[in-house]
Amino acid sequence: MRFENVSVAFHGRTAIRDVAFDVPKNKVTSLIGPSGSGKTTLLRAMNRLHDMTKGAVVSGSIRLGGTDIYTGGIPPTLLRTRIGMVFQRPNPFPTMSIYDNVVSGLRFNGIRKRSVLEEAAESALIAAALWDSVSNRLKAHASTLSGGEQQRLCIARALAVEPEVLLMDEPTSSLDPISMRLIEELVSELKSRVTIVIVTHNMQQAARVSDLCAFFLMGEDRAGEQIEVAPTKKLFSKPDDPRTLDYIQGRFG
Amino acid sequence: MTTGVIEGIPPDPILERREMVQRVARKTLGRRILISRGMVALSGTALILALVPLFAILYSLVEKGLRWWSVEFFTKVPQFPSLIDPNAIGGISNAIIGSLVIDGIAALFAIPIGVVAGLFLAESISKFASMLRTTAEIMTGLPSILLGIFAYQMIVIGFDEWGVKLPGIGFSGVAGSFAIGVLMIPVIMKASETALRGVPTPIREAGLALGARRGVIARKVVIPTALPGLITAVLLAFSRAVGETAPILWVIGASNMVEWNPRKEMASMPLQIFESATSPYVALRDEAWGIALFLVFVVLVINLGSRLFAAWLQRERR
Repeated sequence: MRFENVSVAFHGRTAIRDVAFDVPKNKVTSLIGPSGSGKTTLLRAMNRLHDMTKGAVVSGSIRLGGTDIYTGGIPPTLLRTRIGMVFQRPNPFPTMSIYDNVVSGLRFNGIRKRSVLEEAAESALIAAALWDSVSNRLKAHASTLSGGEQQRLCIARALAVEPEVLLMDEPTSSLDPISMRLIEELVSELKSRVTIVIVTHNMQQAARVSDLCAFFLMGEDRAGEQIEVAPTKKLFSKPDDPRTLDYIQGRFG
Repeated sequence: MTTGVIEGIPPDPILERREMVQRVARKTLGRRILISRGMVALSGTALILALVPLFAILYSLVEKGLRWWSVEFFTKVPQFPSLIDPNAIGGISNAIIGSLVIDGIAALFAIPIGVVAGLFLAESISKFASMLRTTAEIMTGLPSILLGIFAYQMIVIGFDEWGVKLPGIGFSGVAGSFAIGVLMIPVIMKASETALRGVPTPIREAGLALGARRGVIARKVVIPTALPGLITAVLLAFSRAVGETAPILWVIGASNMVEWNPRKEMASMPLQIFESATSPYVALRDEAWGIALFLVFVVLVINLGSRLFAAWLQRERR
């Protein structure tokens, strides 16, 4: 995916401005920066979730394989089958079973064939490292799972439609360290299957899981700005911008 | 996005599935959009259907009622039309003042009781609180005419049983206030509870963790935070009670005089509509539209006013 001068404003107030960089395919890109730097806002612009927010305006161009996702004629619903999302808190559909949750995206898009659904569910649950623990209770309610398992269920649900890009908005911030570790491992394994963009407050996490890292800060007028985008190793060892160094060394933010 | 099948390399099941999902999603999109639009149209139609009666009522009220509004209408008391001038029917000042006094007294005791009881419901985790809540819920469902009977028994004719002795003061404004107030209390209680419960628990816990007692937290934190919602809740309950007819139907008498003394017989707007609309005189029957329009206008002003005030209060705090 590619950002070209992307800005997002809510009711005329800019939340993030002038983002421009490329998200490499089948790699993990992390978005880091302090609260208010617009990371989540940028992430939600990538699958047009802001369409549902009154007063939100996304300007500039976000491209998926060369096509502008806003003006390129891709219907938003189809776009979101190609760009999946995992949220901060696990949000399985509360009335559905584990199995129904995983295949919900497929069903929403008109796929009914049982063999296809079962195959996709198994593949997605294996990929989310959940298959072994739930394969014998697929009809159980999603709420019977622990928080970490619920989040992996949400990852499986997102993967089942086989998106090209997976957006993750602080996916481990509400989980315990063990669940967090499991999901971090997953992220590294999943990149052969899907391009991943992950927002995180945890710099160690960004360093551990991502290949490319984009650093944002809140500017003078409280709008987020892109400070530096670099391969993660470089950004965390010898960043170009002194503000990046300050942030990763914990001097502010 | 095509899966290039190359000799000797097995096809990637993931890419295959991705392509299949995209294909089916694209193929079914037209149908899904159609269904979606159909549902939007359906819910829009339901909304319009729900609003038609409201606008029909408002239209006919304005159409038939507005012409009765005049200085006389608001300042004079009702009179029976004479043969010479069948349109000389006076005004409704007695009913306006009656409503003001009756509903004012009702609000005076029902709002404090309702809000404080609502606070108890919102803050207490006791069994008594949940019993009280159920009772309040049942009471909001009570047919309002029962409150009329209750007020008639307790205040108008008096009560002397179970060791309770009430003298009975006859048809009077207070009897109406009593009926309206008792009707309002459970509604205010439930609405206040909802508004107060909207204050997030962590904010209460922050107070507890500082060693504050629950009463102090309620006074200094919970009530101020919930105030905009609380005001709206209370005024909505009040505006509903203003239009109630059944509870006052046979307890306030029906005075044709301007009466400020709540111990005497009084008039009130809902009752005046009933009186005029069932009178044998054509002009009085038509005038009922004018009273109805004014009553709706008052209720509307309270409603909108409370919303605007709450919105203003919310803005002031940012």
